[in-house]
Amino acid sequence: MIISKHLLGLEGVQREEISLILKTAHSFKEVLTRPIPKVPTLRGKTIVNLFFEASTRTRISFELAEKRLSADSINFTTSGSSVAKGETLKDTVRNIEAMKIDMVVIRHQASGAAHFLTQCLDAGVINAGDGQHEHPTQGLLDMMTLQEKFGRLHGLKVAIVGDITHSRVARSNIHGLMTMGAAVAICGPATLLPRDIPAAFGKDLLVFKKVDEAIQWADAVNVLRLQLERQKHGLLPSLREYAMHFGITRRRLEAAKKDVVIMHPGPINRGVELESDLADSEFSVILNQVTNGVAVRMAVLYLKSGGEQEVVNGNGL
Amino acid sequence: MPRTIETKSSKNLLIRGARLIDPSQALDKHGDVVIENGVITRVGDNLAAPQNFEMVDARDLVVSPGWCDMHVHFREPGREDEETIATGCAAAVAGGFTAACPMPNTSPAMDKREIVESIIKKSKETLVEVYPIAAATKGREGKELSEMAELVEAGAVAFSDDGCAIATAELTRRAMEYANMLGVPIIEHAEEATLDDGGAMNESMFSTKLGLPGMPTVAEDIIVARDILLAEYTGAKVHLAHLSSARSVELIRWAKQRGIEVTCEVTPHHFTLTDEAVAVSNYDTNTKMNPPLRSPRDVEAMIAGLQDGTIDVIATDHAPHAIEEKDAEFAAAPFGIIGLETALGLIITRLVKTNLLTLADAIAKVTVAPRRILNLPPVQIKEGQPANLVFFSPTKTWRVDKTKSYSKSRNTPFHEWDLTGRVFAVYNKQRWWMNPDF
Repeated sequence: MIISKHLLGLEGVQREEISLILKTAHSFKEVLTRPIPKVPTLRGKTIVNLFFEASTRTRISFELAEKRLSADSINFTTSGSSVAKGETLKDTVRNIEAMKIDMVVIRHQASGAAHFLTQCLDAGVINAGDGQHEHPTQGLLDMMTLQEKFGRLHGLKVAIVGDITHSRVARSNIHGLMTMGAAVAICGPATLLPRDIPAAFGKDLLVFKKVDEAIQWADAVNVLRLQLERQKHGLLPSLREYAMHFGITRRRLEAAKKDVVIMHPGPINRGVELESDLADSEFSVILNQVTNGVAVRMAVLYLKSGGEQEVVNGNGL
Repeated sequence: MPRTIETKSSKNLLIRGARLIDPSQALDKHGDVVIENGVITRVGDNLAAPQNFEMVDARDLVVSPGWCDMHVHFREPGREDEETIATGCAAAVAGGFTAACPMPNTSPAMDKREIVESIIKKSKETLVEVYPIAAATKGREGKELSEMAELVEAGAVAFSDDGCAIATAELTRRAMEYANMLGVPIIEHAEEATLDDGGAMNESMFSTKLGLPGMPTVAEDIIVARDILLAEYTGAKVHLAHLSSARSVELIRWAKQRGIEVTCEVTPHHFTLTDEAVAVSNYDTNTKMNPPLRSPRDVEAMIAGLQDGTIDVIATDHAPHAIEEKDAEFAAAPFGIIGLETALGLIITRLVKTNLLTLADAIAKVTVAPRRILNLPPVQIKEGQPANLVFFSPTKTWRVDKTKSYSKSRNTPFHEWDLTGRVFAVYNKQRWWMNPDF
């Protein structure tokens, strides 16, 4: 299998590659339980985490993955950087590359920013979230969590609930899950659903108008974070109304009379998209997602830096 | 640095055996043309060459009146790093245009006599006649009308707030009434700003996939509808710039059937490319323009509109931008592409070679139609008329090379495209420019 050195999104990534990443991630998860949870795999490699947008958990997760693999990692965040002085994205990253680095992890508010970097740099580019486009490692860690919980992805029913239009998590999950043979549905207020959904994602993607119908259908519900500024921009009447009509609550799950796994990419607006108690309940796998995030990112960094051969031979770890 | 146009003086010419196409007089035949002191003195067959005449063998060439691009951005004053009147005119000549109408979204906006006069003055040295389109409102702010009467005296041929629509329906009405009193049209950039706020590309399956904020066609259609109804109500003439939406073409077709004085234009990129180009090119900022590239259905409507005459004009919306501004993430890049030098090739490749439009009908949309809409002096291949001509091969194929551009900017999505139809020479103001790349 030929693996691109970049991970820009899950759209178009083959089933074999996703399977390999997930399989590798499961192995790395075992590493994380060891007394010394560290392997020398990426010793001598330098990875820069370029975060042009506020993020705590994704940045820490990548940083931890890099440290667990013994890579040298450097963090760059916009605060106090040259970006504030009007330097272009291209100049910023080329300057950093000139310091001899092997891989770039980028989080940026502009869709396509990770693609743009591949045109400016020779280094491998890992997309840690580009605008409203994709967040592939989130999609992968969600799939890993589902795989762990259900033992499979094929045939699994996953509903994604919330602000689909502005969600890179939704896009990566839709592409990844559909590639892996899962059934995917989306559900959200009409003002937060994008245009031409069947043409964009295929006719197999289901759209539910009512969240209760989505819950009734689903094996797992991935609850998206509602950006609080959507109300200001006139896309929602109020957070209260959102919580009432689209918030996932224990009452709704009980009405469905079945077990449903609850996921959330974080950070949670407790009481808005997800009832606080439910987030910490037996239905929730939210903290598993966070743990798996480190393992998935280790797998991605490892495979994208050319580690496939060793994994196949079973002696890479 | 951009290339410069090398011209030479040539008062007396005999053009031999050209295919002469002048849609203003339904002329399309082979013949000779004699030019004396820059004026056409004879048009006919097998004309004898007078003494001391330069002879041009034009047997494989089309000769038509010099083309007129009624929608360009020459960036002067304010962004002379992107284009100047001189470099914009050079790109125009290289594309076969001897007339160009720069839009007023300069910095400061073209809303004062002095700016209009200065732009015209700077064009005098070139082969191009420049006819400025002044701002409809002061500073293009959509609050008060500009001093239109004085601007017309200075040489403005129309009014527009291009870059955006005139802000309110009320002000659009007043601008139409006042411009109509002066006998000049309002040119509208049809875009309801509130629907496009923050948008980066056509709202479609591709914006959904790419996660880019969408610009829906209905944002264009609403202003087209508004302006059609206001044109009917006021009796004024309105010209709708750079159409891109199928529904807008339909609205204009309806308006024309009702006898409303509305005209419109389309750009070569809007009848050539679709919004899929944004996805295929992985967010290439040279696919970012306003109005955005639309769906295949919209492109088909542009072609149908050109065919049935609903769309009067082809104009380029030549929009130069600095390399460093376009070399950025998609959301951060400015809208627009350069177009003067690829227009002829795209028109012939996309419309004429495919038999969608006859060559004469295509030429009408860049000669007689824009001149009629803007009340410009007619340019004809006719005895007694000043010679203002473009010579081109309708069959010669060439590869677009943006590094050879005469514009100061390089922002084109057509780099390395193979196009059919190439300019051989331009003659105007008693001067020649021969294309060294022909």
